[in-house]
Amino acid sequence: MAASKLWASQAASMLRMRMSATKARSSPSFGFPSTFYRGFASVIKDLKYADSHEWVKVDGPLAAVGITDHAQDHLGDVVFVDLPDVGTTLSKGGTFGAVESVKATSDVYSPVSGEVVEVNTELNGSPGLVNASPYEDGWIVKVRMSNPTEVDSLMSAEQYTSFCEKEDASH
Amino acid sequence: MWMGLWQVGRVVTRGVSQVEKKGRHQSIARRFYSDESSLKKTALYDFHVQNGGKMVPFAGWSMPLQYKDSIMDSTVNCRTNGSLFDVSHMCGLSLKGKDCIPFLEKLVVADVAGLPPSTGTLTVFTNEKGGAIDDSIVTKVNDKHIYIVVNAGCRDKDLAHIESHMKIFKAHGGDVNWHIHDERSLLALQGPLSQSTLQKLTKEDLSKVYFSDFRMIDINGVPCFLTRTGYTGEDGFEISVPSEHAVDLAKAILEKSEEKVRLTGLGPRDSLRLEAGLCLYGNDMDQDTTPVEAGIAWTIGKRRKAEGGFLGAEVILKQLSEGPPRRRVGMISTGPPPRTHSEIVDSSGKTIGEVTSGGFSPCLKKNISMGYVSPGSHKNGTGLKVLIRGKPYDATVTKMPFVPAKYYKSS
Repeated sequence: MAASKLWASQAASMLRMRMSATKARSSPSFGFPSTFYRGFASVIKDLKYADSHEWVKVDGPLAAVGITDHAQDHLGDVVFVDLPDVGTTLSKGGTFGAVESVKATSDVYSPVSGEVVEVNTELNGSPGLVNASPYEDGWIVKVRMSNPTEVDSLMSAEQYTSFCEKEDASH
Repeated sequence: MWMGLWQVGRVVTRGVSQVEKKGRHQSIARRFYSDESSLKKTALYDFHVQNGGKMVPFAGWSMPLQYKDSIMDSTVNCRTNGSLFDVSHMCGLSLKGKDCIPFLEKLVVADVAGLPPSTGTLTVFTNEKGGAIDDSIVTKVNDKHIYIVVNAGCRDKDLAHIESHMKIFKAHGGDVNWHIHDERSLLALQGPLSQSTLQKLTKEDLSKVYFSDFRMIDINGVPCFLTRTGYTGEDGFEISVPSEHAVDLAKAILEKSEEKVRLTGLGPRDSLRLEAGLCLYGNDMDQDTTPVEAGIAWTIGKRRKAEGGFLGAEVILKQLSEGPPRRRVGMISTGPPPRTHSEIVDSSGKTIGEVTSGGFSPCLKKNISMGYVSPGSHKNGTGLKVLIRGKPYDATVTKMPFVPAKYYKSS
């Protein structure tokens, strides 16, 4: 267990170096919260998670949203991300776009309600960012939350980890 | 979002492409639990699992969607090196008897009598309306033996159809009988390394076995049926082997290729056939689609066009002379990959058809799709639009195959 944590933190620090080398345009700095690895997919500690496999990073009144490592791993190579328009109103649990892989289309659901203030236009030219960096460069939208307390009903990293384990085991 | 491999498997499964619109994953997952215990397994099931195969339900079988490499990488590797597919879920059968050729000619559009011995061809089993019951490769082994391979999803339907016609034919004194090859497995070896790899396992000079040729030869020391054909547009072979030797043959092929040929699943198989412009029965062709509409009128033998004598001949011959009411086209488009049932509209916004297969081409790095459009909109270069989630995206009618074919032909 200790050995795998060591590997995880070494991998996380390698990831951190790669992230800073790529210019993260138009995104607030995330810092780099601690990561722990569940089997093959990583789960970031300070984010919140929906059971439809989106993550939320809260930054004041704004929430950044993307899909988790678990989701991108199951989806395969992402070839297109359908982004909503800036200004779109989202409701918690409603779809706001889609992520396309070679074989399939997956709707993305918003874990929070609010107004889209920014979309990650990098994904138009580089949809693969969702696979390479699902929690950082692969972010999809930023939402100005209309009801910040909605975040409290989302899962923590630990809860999401065991949720994924249960889901994978039951298949 | 939730797109598990099980749902991806369903997307690949013919005709079930609405799953991505269904939303919550729990109801989809429940459907799979009830399916999985009754799924059939090929002789290579354990071998797939040992090699990292991600198994999904397909046409009543548990089949590998992909292995450890991604669908993109696997597709590209087939065209660079080679792929080995387990296609044992498909149904092989032999028709025998001195009248097997005239019997089969009632059911298919091919000029079976005109086929040279030991050659095969793609054909269509038709119904009374000229629609396709299934597409199939039929091979004339000799005048008294025809070897046929049909789609897994159509097995029950095809066998019932053939059996009912066989009863009538025999009642009139015809000499035909059949054997369904459930004791055999089918492997498909495709890609540029196919011949060099397989040559190491057989004494037969494969350089003399051309596209569509058939042989009954020993491969890896075991009598096999070999056809130089496939579903990828690449050079390659389909090998029918007694099931007790299937795993050994698969291992031998992979080993002789020095691991350059990879086990490849149904996900890449679908990308490959789409790049090759080949129909997927259930998506691009069905009971209500004639071979003329599907753009495979070449499968109708010249003599058959003159003489008819197959189910639905009147409808098909009329379409040949007057033109069909719709035509299958290939398209390259911008935006998200088109999916089955996406609407196709012309430049004025009028709906003129729908997409029947679509996806992102790993080799071309573009969106490719096939669909049916009204006559007049089918010419290469025609600008159309595909509606995806309500938004129009530009599409251009493109000649197929999208990726050039590499069939091993004699001239």
